[in-house]
Amino acid sequence: MAYSDKVIDHYNHPRNVGSMDKSSTDVGTGLVGAPECGDVMKLQIKVNPETSVIEDAKFKTFGCGSAIASSSLATEWVKGKTIHEALQIKNTEIVKELSLPPVKIHCSVLAEDAIRAAIGDWKKKQDAAKPAEVQAQQNRYWLLASSC
Amino acid sequence: MSTDVKTATPATQEIEQRTTANGIKLPIYMDNHATTPVDPRVLEEMLPYFMEKFGNAASRNHPFGWAAEEAVELSRERIAKLIGATSKEIIFTSGATESDNLAIKGVAEMYREKGNHIITAVTEHKAVLDTCKHLEKYGFRVTYLPVQKDGLVDLDDLKRAMDDKTILVTIMAANNEIGVLQPVAEIGKLCRERGVIFHTDAVQAIGKVPVDVNKMNIDVASITAHKLYGPKGVGALYVRRKNPRVQLVPIIDGGGHERGMRSGTLNIPGIVGLGKACAIAQEEMPQESCKIAGLRNRLRDKIMGRLDEVYINGSTEHRLPGNLNISFAYVEGESLLMGINDVAVSSGSACTSATLEPSYVLKALGTGDDLAHSSIRFGIGRFNTEAEVDYVADRVIETVERLRELSPLYEMAKEGVDLKSVKWAAEAH
Repeated sequence: MAYSDKVIDHYNHPRNVGSMDKSSTDVGTGLVGAPECGDVMKLQIKVNPETSVIEDAKFKTFGCGSAIASSSLATEWVKGKTIHEALQIKNTEIVKELSLPPVKIHCSVLAEDAIRAAIGDWKKKQDAAKPAEVQAQQNRYWLLASSC
Repeated sequence: MSTDVKTATPATQEIEQRTTANGIKLPIYMDNHATTPVDPRVLEEMLPYFMEKFGNAASRNHPFGWAAEEAVELSRERIAKLIGATSKEIIFTSGATESDNLAIKGVAEMYREKGNHIITAVTEHKAVLDTCKHLEKYGFRVTYLPVQKDGLVDLDDLKRAMDDKTILVTIMAANNEIGVLQPVAEIGKLCRERGVIFHTDAVQAIGKVPVDVNKMNIDVASITAHKLYGPKGVGALYVRRKNPRVQLVPIIDGGGHERGMRSGTLNIPGIVGLGKACAIAQEEMPQESCKIAGLRNRLRDKIMGRLDEVYINGSTEHRLPGNLNISFAYVEGESLLMGINDVAVSSGSACTSATLEPSYVLKALGTGDDLAHSSIRFGIGRFNTEAEVDYVADRVIETVERLRELSPLYEMAKEGVDLKSVKWAAEAH
């Protein structure tokens, strides 16, 4: 199977690889997929609480080249967007940008899920932080159902 | 024949080749369980049978036919010799899939009155499994034996599965994915004692490890040329002629070629190639298997010396010399293949299969789906070199290291998270 140039580029030069402190209130973490299914994506966002703008994004992915490319692209796209704007990103746009073949569409779905899971985690932290002091939430991974 | 025939540019994909600084030709082919290149000595013997000696072996009354027939008989002898058979016991086919079909369906139909029970194993090739499934639709009962963790069939399971309706046991000699060698001689002995016909799909084993149909009590054996440096599209079936005499109902009817068991004009160049490939294997197998096992062990030791959490799938003791099937934990197989794209190997990952399911062979060993997705099959062959092995090992190591840095699973494992205890909320489809 031949990969598109964009998939190859993201695979060879993945953008925004890394991890952020998942216990920080400004950071939202999404962990989606399952090892048994051959795909796990972790996508993290750092959000400015005043403006709701995603100031930074990081990812790590276990999966095929298309999964790596989809999540790498997702970090590029969410950066600079507000939470509201980031939620508008559709997997179909990822499919189009990376020219993913039909068998790889699930990779783009997973990337969209990862964005939503990261935002969901961040929102939850904001809600929890509102009434009381910020509490360190350690080792909490937010899992979202994904297609396997 | 005109010599100024204009040949159209073939509309096929070219394999881009380049050479490294130290003279290694890329891409490196290390997928010799999928197929092997034709040995130049094989091709050389085949060539006259396309244009000069192009006759039909069934033409009895002119030299074109005689030349073809002579070539076929020489090939039959060479194949028979390699497996300790006699030339009359060799039937030519189009390859392994046809041989497996003919063996299993042919025996099932011929011995139907004696019984309707067939025994096979879950790790067989699809050519065997799907043929058995087909027979189930026609009233046959099939037992699919499980395998042990090392990929071997448990002989006690086999004994227990046999009953008075069992007419056929079909167990492969060597597995195409994990290279595991089944205890063929023990299975053959058991079958002989019980009067059950024993077929073995020996396509991966023949020419790589010794196979002797008499010592191993094999009654029917599938052979194909392209796994032992012969051409594609030609194979053979060994069918025992005495003690006991095995009969088959043909699946292809027609002119009664091959003693009525397989009609159809013989593929003479292919048959010549298969015969020559067997002759070379006969001659060179002892040295070659040592050399190839040495290269395989070198690859294994280099990789395992540098990377942790690397697991060999299947028995390390009962194994083809050229096979190395390993899982690299926390790294998905297809992404690894993408990183070593100047090396041709295979993966048991779902992403590389048409079905999106990881390897059923690895699953049968009890390898978790996660590690099945992380598996790579290296198939070292006659034309691989030490320099190639070193290059491949380096590429694999650097790519696995890079992908592990990219893997959330590796990060979690390093943080001490037990991945098995994480509630992955992924639902099934």
